[in-house]
Amino acid sequence: MALKSILFSLVLTAVAALPAFPQEGHGFTPAEIQRGGIAYSSFCVNCHGPDGDQISGVNLGSNQFRRAQSDAELIRIIQKGIPGTPMPPGAYTDEQAAVLVAYLRSMATSPRSTRKGPPGDPSRGKALVEAKGQCLNCHRIGHQGTVTGPDLTSIGITRRLAEIEIALLDPSIDIRPENRPVRAVAKDGTKIAGTLLNQDTYTIQILDSNATLRSLYKTNLREYEFLKVSPMPNFRDRLSEQEISDVVSYLVSLKGLR
Amino acid sequence: MLRRIVFTLLTAITLTAQTPFDRLVNAERDPANWLTYSGTLDGQRYSRLTQITPANAKDLELKWVLQTRAPAEPNSKYEATSLVSNGVLYTVQPPNVVVALDAANGKIFWTYPYNPAPSARLCCGRINRGLAILGNTLFMGTIDGNLIALDARDGHTMWTTPIGRPEAGYSVTVAPLIVKDKVIAGPAGGEYGISGFLSAYSAETGKEMWRFNTIPQPGEAGHESWENDAWKHGGGSIWTTGSYDPALNLIYWGIGNASPDWNGDVRPGDNLYTSSVIALDADTGKLKWHFQFTPHDEFDFDATQVPVLADLIWQGKPRKVLLFANRNGFFYVLDRQTGEFLLGKPFAKVTWADGLDAKGRPNRVGHSTPEGSLIYPENQGATNWYNPAYSPRTGLFYIPSWLDTHSINTSRVEPYKEGNQYGGGSATHEVPALRPGPTNKRLPEVGYGAIQALDPKTGAIKWHFNMMDVTDSGVLVTASDIVFAGGREGYFYALDARTGAPLWKAMVGGAVSAGPTSYAVEGKQYISIPAGNAIFTFALR
Repeated sequence: MALKSILFSLVLTAVAALPAFPQEGHGFTPAEIQRGGIAYSSFCVNCHGPDGDQISGVNLGSNQFRRAQSDAELIRIIQKGIPGTPMPPGAYTDEQAAVLVAYLRSMATSPRSTRKGPPGDPSRGKALVEAKGQCLNCHRIGHQGTVTGPDLTSIGITRRLAEIEIALLDPSIDIRPENRPVRAVAKDGTKIAGTLLNQDTYTIQILDSNATLRSLYKTNLREYEFLKVSPMPNFRDRLSEQEISDVVSYLVSLKGLR
Repeated sequence: MLRRIVFTLLTAITLTAQTPFDRLVNAERDPANWLTYSGTLDGQRYSRLTQITPANAKDLELKWVLQTRAPAEPNSKYEATSLVSNGVLYTVQPPNVVVALDAANGKIFWTYPYNPAPSARLCCGRINRGLAILGNTLFMGTIDGNLIALDARDGHTMWTTPIGRPEAGYSVTVAPLIVKDKVIAGPAGGEYGISGFLSAYSAETGKEMWRFNTIPQPGEAGHESWENDAWKHGGGSIWTTGSYDPALNLIYWGIGNASPDWNGDVRPGDNLYTSSVIALDADTGKLKWHFQFTPHDEFDFDATQVPVLADLIWQGKPRKVLLFANRNGFFYVLDRQTGEFLLGKPFAKVTWADGLDAKGRPNRVGHSTPEGSLIYPENQGATNWYNPAYSPRTGLFYIPSWLDTHSINTSRVEPYKEGNQYGGGSATHEVPALRPGPTNKRLPEVGYGAIQALDPKTGAIKWHFNMMDVTDSGVLVTASDIVFAGGREGYFYALDARTGAPLWKAMVGGAVSAGPTSYAVEGKQYISIPAGNAIFTFALR
């Protein structure tokens, strides 16, 4: 069985294992959980962290909530905030709040890790990222590296450990919309590659492989496509199990500029 | 001297009887004005102005912009169709701020800043779709469930009629329709489990003159299509303006979906008159006929589209028809005298039904399920409240369309609780449901938007103008064969009505979520469109 299939099965297993809501007798669908995860990354992760446990005494990933039992109570907190605490109100629709609840409920049963590797060492991981892994040829960490790949400066805040593992071992399995690669060929034959930033009927905005912001007019292109294969290499065959653990442990420790 | 007396008399007449009902009935002879939501009572949104042509459309330029005065609310959208009467443009900035301004230069005469009650509940944005005008009075629904009348000269409140309790989810977002001396309107709020109705209110006093329950009450015809007392919170919203045939004296109106949206198990039956078009006697509100597009809807496919009335040669004989591009992905032609089904064809990818029977009833093959079901079109539909248009010249029907979009529709058991959303599930989809984000990074296969031109005699698509993103823009077509429309990308287009070829475009910097209007002041044709938080008005150089 290919790694991709294994990982996919793991994800599916995690989803299938989601508990029905004891309070209300129903569960959420994988699509709702996925959508909730994207919303969580956008709205919640900076304070609560990728595993929901970044605030002392609060663990959103435990499916145990001090101020809420039912989905409706969680939705109310998400929308109204908690007066007298740093938890602010948010202008979320009921549906947005509901998919956030779906994701929060799912966190308790989704695996924190997709593999059983040896414990990692962040300092060794840092050295691998900066040397053997050549990660900084594409990525930025703090003031080092470049910008053509996703910024890893806060990757330990925005991604769960399992997500980082998947990104290293099979980077094409889940290309997020913000990292969508684009390939284009101009009418004069010039090849263009980059990351999609925006698009409309007439134009495409990219950050190209030379780290230049470019707006491409479709009338000037011979062809273009949005790639479903990530330009990031698969590190499964490039790094040992120990090295992968080291890199993951380093990336998980990246919490932004201090 | 005589000339001055005549001018004075004419001015006085204008001021005292600005927009009598005769002007609305005969609006097609008065194309300099835009007096109803659809321009004419037949819902065609067809302007007979011809100064802007396919040949000179490239010379359109911006004449004025009106920005909203207050910071836009995050849940607001500018969806109102403007009215124009005698050189004055009336618009509603979201949620309920009425502005009267000079239609030629955008200078404001007056504003009416309505403050909705905090108890207002809106599933889908704090929006308003426009005003109605009769005599010197403007009529507006409010998001907190009121219908109000304003003096068109100064914005003074003439009367306020509560239509429904905002605490229970009743809101009024529809642009009312004037028929004779009555204001026709009804509440939205199906996502909160309202029990819907369409009513006629006295234009003079605001008193309710008749009511048609879109969810039939006990003893009323159609009540048998509900079981388990589900009718009590059955939905049947009024979202979008209907149309009127003076010769038949019939009002036509599209009715919203059944509540709860996704869980049909709690409401066995066809659930009349949800997801239907109804034909009512304009004087009494009595039902003449109905046609239900999506019996027992489970996908939020409300019939919240403008019924467009046209007189066609149908299979060799003149026929009064009603054209309806439905959210469920099918285009329908009905006989508007009898409601007889004449034609139905998909205009987008449809997987919830594999066809229609001889009477137009869908053969259902898809359902919302607890585990989630993938359904085309997505729950926002193949089209929605944004208006279509019909040109008697080209014979084509123009549909703002969402193509190849899907959602996963999930049903759940959710008890009704007043003031809470009563969806009975949800739909997940990659295309943002109500408004675009700042950028679009979606893959093309997720779906896209288009203006489609369809031959109503066959249902065949004659041309389509595709956009990368979907569109919430209404469409307007002119007698010089130009289609005006926009999209979420922030472009506003002029297209050749016969071929779909783009003639001109302007970047307006925000999503177009309203229908265009065209009018003339001192012989100059204007085309006006809200976009983002502003309204933009163009004319030839």
